Amino acid sequence: MAGVSRLQYSNEIRLIRVMCSGRVDLAFILRAFHNGMDGVLIGGCYLDECKYTTHGNYHALNMVLLGKRIMEHIGLNPERLRIEFMSSSEGGRFADTVNDLVNKVRTIGPFGKGEGIDENELRAKLDEMMKLVPYMKIAKRDKLSSRLKDPKEWSKLFTRDEVETLLREVPSYYIDPEKCQACMTCARRCPADAILSGKNLIHIIDQEKCIKCGTCLEVCPPRFSAVLKLMGEAPPPPIPEEKRKIVRKGREEGSSKQN
Amino acid sequence: MKIPDPFNQEISKNKAIHIHFSQAIPLITYIDESCLYLKEKKCRICEAVCEKKAIDFTQTPEKVKVNVGAIILAPGFEPFDPKVRDEYGYGKFENVITSMDYERLLSSTGPYEGEIRRTSDLKHPKKIAWIQCVGSRQVLPGGNSYCSTVCCTYTQKQVILTKDHDLEAECTVFHNDIRSFGKDFERFYERTERLPGVRFIRSYVSVVREDPKSKNVTIRYSTPEDGVKEEEFDMVVLSIGLNPPSDGKDLARKFGIELDPHGFCKTNPSNPIETARPGIFVSGVFQGPMDIPESVFTASGAGSQCGQLLDYRRDKLTTERVYPAEKDVSQEEPKVGVFVCYCGANIGRVVDVPSVVEYASKLPHVVHVDKQLFSCSTDSAKQITEAIKEKGLNRVVVAACTPKTHEPTFRDSLREGGLNQYFFDMANIREHCSWVHSREKEEATEKAKEITRLSVARALRLEPLQEFELSVNKAALVVGGGLAGMNCALSIANQGHEVHLIEREKELGGMARRIYYTLEGLDVQAYLQDLMYKVFRHPLIRVYPDATILEAKGYVGNFVTKVKSEGVITEIKHGATVIAVGADEYKPTEYLYGKDDRVMTNLELEERIARRDEKVVTAETLVMIQCVGSRNEERNYCSRICCSESIKNALKLKEINPKMDIYILFRDIRTYGFKEDYYREAADKDVKFIRYEPGDKPQVEAVEESGRQILRVTVTDPILGKRVEIDADMLALAAATVSPSGNKQISQLFKASLGPDDFFKEAHVKLRPVDFVEDGVYLCGMAHYPKHIPEAVNQAYGAAGRVLTLLSHDTVVASGSVCIVDEKKCMGCGACVEACTYGALELYETRQGEKAKINPVLCKGDGLCNTKCPTGAIQLKHFTDEQLIAQIDATVGDRWEPKEVKKIGCGT
Repeated sequence: MAGVSRLQYSNEIRLIRVMCSGRVDLAFILRAFHNGMDGVLIGGCYLDECKYTTHGNYHALNMVLLGKRIMEHIGLNPERLRIEFMSSSEGGRFADTVNDLVNKVRTIGPFGKGEGIDENELRAKLDEMMKLVPYMKIAKRDKLSSRLKDPKEWSKLFTRDEVETLLREVPSYYIDPEKCQACMTCARRCPADAILSGKNLIHIIDQEKCIKCGTCLEVCPPRFSAVLKLMGEAPPPPIPEEKRKIVRKGREEGSSKQN
Repeated sequence: MKIPDPFNQEISKNKAIHIHFSQAIPLITYIDESCLYLKEKKCRICEAVCEKKAIDFTQTPEKVKVNVGAIILAPGFEPFDPKVRDEYGYGKFENVITSMDYERLLSSTGPYEGEIRRTSDLKHPKKIAWIQCVGSRQVLPGGNSYCSTVCCTYTQKQVILTKDHDLEAECTVFHNDIRSFGKDFERFYERTERLPGVRFIRSYVSVVREDPKSKNVTIRYSTPEDGVKEEEFDMVVLSIGLNPPSDGKDLARKFGIELDPHGFCKTNPSNPIETARPGIFVSGVFQGPMDIPESVFTASGAGSQCGQLLDYRRDKLTTERVYPAEKDVSQEEPKVGVFVCYCGANIGRVVDVPSVVEYASKLPHVVHVDKQLFSCSTDSAKQITEAIKEKGLNRVVVAACTPKTHEPTFRDSLREGGLNQYFFDMANIREHCSWVHSREKEEATEKAKEITRLSVARALRLEPLQEFELSVNKAALVVGGGLAGMNCALSIANQGHEVHLIEREKELGGMARRIYYTLEGLDVQAYLQDLMYKVFRHPLIRVYPDATILEAKGYVGNFVTKVKSEGVITEIKHGATVIAVGADEYKPTEYLYGKDDRVMTNLELEERIARRDEKVVTAETLVMIQCVGSRNEERNYCSRICCSESIKNALKLKEINPKMDIYILFRDIRTYGFKEDYYREAADKDVKFIRYEPGDKPQVEAVEESGRQILRVTVTDPILGKRVEIDADMLALAAATVSPSGNKQISQLFKASLGPDDFFKEAHVKLRPVDFVEDGVYLCGMAHYPKHIPEAVNQAYGAAGRVLTLLSHDTVVASGSVCIVDEKKCMGCGACVEACTYGALELYETRQGEKAKINPVLCKGDGLCNTKCPTGAIQLKHFTDEQLIAQIDATVGDRWEPKEVKKIGCGT
């Protein structure tokens, strides 16, 4: 309605259309900041007035609340990110919200500069956070589906300590070359295609691609138990290519085919 | 030569050659009667300059004979002309205007392009007054006795929009009763009232004078606190009412129908769409003053009634549109065509269109650019189709307005060009740019370029999508066997479709079983008996009494519902579902209800009147209290019907026992439309109306005085300004109409949303008031909101019309923008299944563990599951991670170039 009513607002905003605020991924927000955006606004319908029965706006709210904590963690001012609930008839509210955010961001200053942090350093941190989005979605799945109507509860959904812990306890998955029998199960099941496998080749997790979902740990046959979950320590470097070949005694290799 | 533009209430000027208004259909220029040649045989300049030779002065009116089987009259209304009542100064004082004039001032296509200005000095008014009930609720020469129904709320809308335009504006509304009886209107009223600088003053007013210099207008009014006073305003808006159409009498004569005493169409009280003449139907305000949703009910309802007459000829005159075969462009490099629209002056006046075109031509993969005066015109659409064919375009971007209006138009142009319609994106450089940055032309032009760039970035990643055709089962299920449900079922069945009508009670009839007569004199029980007889006798209707719904599955065209009726379980297959579950009466906890049998609800009173209960009909004094359980914190809505119901009962009691003293204690009397006449009749028959404030509710106590048992009602009379005690024998409470407790369950079963008060929530309050967002499910009766019998019947036919629109087709097309699962990436976590309340997703066991599976037919395309998925295994087509990220990345400006999207967290 802002358009139809010709309400003037700051020209420093670009709009991207989604069918429901619930479609806005945390990764999109981080990506926008990574691109150097100074502020991000998510507009959704009023809580409990979702036209879908999914109530995606509650989910969007939760994700913004988590996003703000992550921004805090990496030193980016969380006030750069805002979610507002409004109805399509409230052109004035939309225009005011845009102007208000633009003014707010202006007082904070440009991305990085306002925080006094080197832009590239912030980008590197955002990169790191973007990679962790799948992990965060899995670890905080229940809370990300909360329905908090009362704004007083919002800041309590994710506490600072909780997010610090979450990011401190990022696990790594590692395949013990001593135990891996190259059965390919984990490689077939890895949703991120992050496991270098091959017949009779010890499997290696590509840490760059790994999304830390733990599927490999779950599906590695218990008799091998080759996948390890490491907390707070870097995984050992992958074994050199020439050492990946498994030399088997006799005819035991059949065991891998049973899977 | 310019003449006053009637569309803009003659505030601004237009030429003899013009388009009617910018959203007119068809959007075609024409010459009106003010043409010099037509008037004085002079000029003809236009004929000479038109290269296409499109001007033909030799045309004369033609008489066309059309043979039809049914006629719908929808002539609308005529706004009340306040000039006929001298006292408002309209036409005399420049800054006294009507609400219709003001509506044009607020509009972007209005005389000052959306700025509120005074015609006297073009200044922005800072202090504006609205006067309600101008021409309505007035038994005076030139006035209308009825209430025009819509003015209270449209005034509130105008106040809100005024405050949107100018936060400093002071808005004052002088009103009688505030009649916000429509769905969600009470909240809307509260919102308006709470805005800073807004005053609602309950007072009659007179327009006193105009200041000859400032042209400000002085109004005289009175308040209980300050007595009579005068106040000056910059502008006065007269909230004018609805008159019958000016050619109503002529129409009535030509079509052989009857008019009511007010000049609106005389209709059948049990079927307000019917006129006095069979085969001629009436929809919209010609039935009587009504708001948009009600008007839409009647439109669809009139369609359904025509269908009942003409169903045997359905589709005899239709031809199917044939599109060229879709070409496969999957192996081609992207070739984007960008069309930039001037939208007349709407975009062109602010945005430098040629420079946007120039910019777009340099964007990667853009092979064709063009500018168009109106991209949505038939000619321009053809140009797009031609360009697709000639230049081999495989992506199209139109930089114009919102996709909400014209996306279908352009998608159609793509189909005509043999291109999949999803290879299209709209860059909104009007609502998102020229209209909202109209004073910053350079910046707006830059922004328009960026918006176009974002669109091109997205277009490059678009994929061809197929809309799928679903078969349609020809039967309908109607949930609820009240008046609405039965009327709806009959209308559907009369058009040849099988109907399953389920009712939770043992008997049909619902709330109407407890209603005996209406204000207009309908014998409800006789009507109900007749209706039930028709339902039971109808060969295509099957009734399931005493029913519970065990399970509801499926989707548009293909629902399967399991019903237990009288102990027998039946599985019903149906293509459409109608929710007509009705409403309940609130059980009051206040005013001694349930503790003293002299205290009853309106329905209980009606029942006791109907059986001539001695205690009731011989009572000396009877008090009615309005708004019991409505318009409070717990139920923040008006129950709509209770004012009229109380007056109905009061009139009936007066008829039986004219000596009875009847008091109605109210907050606002909301007898909208013609019901106002009965309010006046009640007042004339000495029914006493006393207004109370919500903060000072009446008090009721049972006392014994000199051997007589009485209910002592104490209330503050605002006219007398003191507490009065009424000793009553009987007390009737206008108890709220509440949503049935079963609504939550029905809502879950049929995925039909509920609103904040647990009434069912329609797809769009104004434009789709009988549809749900969920396809194939429709709504009517009190399940939607409290309403009177004729309104419920209107909506019942309306829902039947919508059902027929679906069931008369063999297949239905579903959107291609649905989710898709990449099983390889799915880790089987089930987050998507949990998020999808439509039940479109489920986990199933594969050799690679559990995987999500989607039923695209159930998918509504909101994309929450896509966001929830940690691995990016689910993508919402047309809004994929890749497409959205392409747009996010394209915001970066100079650094942007289309590239392989880097994999990011959400697994793109």
